[in-house]
Amino acid sequence: MTITARTPAPVAGAAADELPDANRSPLRAARQFVRRQPLGTVGLVIVLVMFAAGAMAGWIAPYDPEANDFAAMMEAPSWAHLLGTDQLGRDIFSRLVFGARTALLVGFSSAVVGGVIGLVLGVTSAYFGGWFDLVFQRVLDVLMAFPLIILALAVVSVFGTGVVNVIIAITVPLVPRCGRVVRASALAVREVPYVDAARALGFSHARIVLRHMVPNVVAPFLILLSAFVGQAILAEASLSYLGLGVQEPVPAWGLMLQGGAEEYATTAPWIAVFPGLAIVLTVLGISLFGDALRDAIDPKLRDR
Amino acid sequence: MNGEAIPAPLLPTPLLEVRQLAMHFPISEGIVLNRKIGEVKAVDGVDFTINRGETLGLVGESGCGKTTTGRCILRLERPTAGQILFDGRDVNRMERQELTALRRRVQVIFQDPYSSLNPRMKVGDIIGEPIKVHGVERDPRRRRDRVRELLSVCGLDPKFTDRYPHEMSGGQRQRVGIARALALDPEFIVCDEAVSALDVSIQAQVINLLEDLRERFGLTYLFIAHDLSVVRHLCQRVAVMYLGRIVEMADSDELFDNPLHPYTQALLSAVPVPDPRIEAARAFRPPRGEVPSPINPPSGCVFHPRCPMAVDGCKQARPVLRELRPRHWVACSEVN
Repeated sequence: MTITARTPAPVAGAAADELPDANRSPLRAARQFVRRQPLGTVGLVIVLVMFAAGAMAGWIAPYDPEANDFAAMMEAPSWAHLLGTDQLGRDIFSRLVFGARTALLVGFSSAVVGGVIGLVLGVTSAYFGGWFDLVFQRVLDVLMAFPLIILALAVVSVFGTGVVNVIIAITVPLVPRCGRVVRASALAVREVPYVDAARALGFSHARIVLRHMVPNVVAPFLILLSAFVGQAILAEASLSYLGLGVQEPVPAWGLMLQGGAEEYATTAPWIAVFPGLAIVLTVLGISLFGDALRDAIDPKLRDR
Repeated sequence: MNGEAIPAPLLPTPLLEVRQLAMHFPISEGIVLNRKIGEVKAVDGVDFTINRGETLGLVGESGCGKTTTGRCILRLERPTAGQILFDGRDVNRMERQELTALRRRVQVIFQDPYSSLNPRMKVGDIIGEPIKVHGVERDPRRRRDRVRELLSVCGLDPKFTDRYPHEMSGGQRQRVGIARALALDPEFIVCDEAVSALDVSIQAQVINLLEDLRERFGLTYLFIAHDLSVVRHLCQRVAVMYLGRIVEMADSDELFDNPLHPYTQALLSAVPVPDPRIEAARAFRPPRGEVPSPINPPSGCVFHPRCPMAVDGCKQARPVLRELRPRHWVACSEVN
């Protein structure tokens, strides 16, 4: 078993607990997280700010992100245009704010969809074992042999570009990555007596997998998910940069980087610098938060 | 029914009959060219029967195959050979529908009260789930009442329905495990080391509970344990296992007062007596050496390398269970 923490539970007279995060009030857990994981808290704040920006883009952005103002092209940052304008006279700050929406939409939906598919497949594979498991693992090996971005490129070349297709393209390579890790945890859970008890009670395979095994591998899954969001955002930026992701005029950070970096790196650096910073900051924030989350959930590091 | 009197059987028909049960786990090597390089003979030719209402104790040291035997009966494991007849039907030949019916009749209580309950489910759901899945009680309110009733039958306050397992003590959790086993109103329960993980004081309470339940619901138990005093108290008959085989089987008092097999004698002499003067004077003769590996068990009688009575013949012929006294079976060629 990988998850057999023996941490004291807060309830009086209670004995040890297997999944230590189950018995703590969310508020107390949050306060403890902030106190013990300062860097993770910074990451969380960055992620939340990005979320807020994406969610309220319509109110925050001073200009229409797709509107051209040919009277103000490639203007340096000023009070009128906080982060300047690009070569088509579009306000960079507005495009960044709307770009956050694209980045987080693609990042979270492909990480969640890919993660959940991988979660269910990985647990199912571990549960059935034998030939099914063997074949499934080899299929995952084949998919994992391709770097994430290469596989995503292959999927885009089949389905075409656009936001939905980019989400699908990034989901596909995330499935085997999640399936592999989850399967390892599920193999341990499979040998735990409550799974035997469920079998002896005559429950269906689907019920045992979904009700008894999946909930007991969520801790490693959540950590994985946070890493996937960062990877997915990077992948979306890369695809868009290569012109195979989100298409103009939809605001996306990778696209903005591409439009600015190639020709105007010296004459109007703000066109490329700010979207680049946004990508770095977001991925950094998610990584910091994910690492801190892992430390907070890991029972061996907790309550020390 | 033509009115002709059907003669009552002289012997009660056994509820469970295990015939020549063998479970050999393969040890394999290689991924693509998967070949078997050996096998662990966890259970190797076990026979016993359990009558309705009876409790059979299955004792032996760790690794002797007693848990595997129980898992085969529960069909958690597919045996390599042999038959398990429950109420006359072969458990391993059962199709889906019949198997579902079997699941309601045969249940299990596990050793570890911590890992045998899903930590993500509330006690009420743990006990209520089988009732719901098997369609015993479809109405949620009546199901809740049934769960509360099962909890109180097992000596727990019905308010525990909304608790998580980690909020309870080991003994309380074990009672939840028992309530879950009772949820489908079974006839037969495999108690796999059901009290071994508990404190001695709590052990006694759980044993009393198991006894009460046996009388109240007419249950039949296979009681797997290594604690001999517990077995003597609870079981009518006891079977002693060594390296995947039954070496001796007799009524409880007969076996403890008059052990015939040298392994049983050694096992019983290892039980401490709670009086230091008797304990000091008592002869304790542990068997020589270690338990051999079940991958490559000794030929003939598996106990011969450690047996004080072994003769040359023990290395060749595998002894069969013989009824040396009434209802007292021993697998040893040297005892008479």
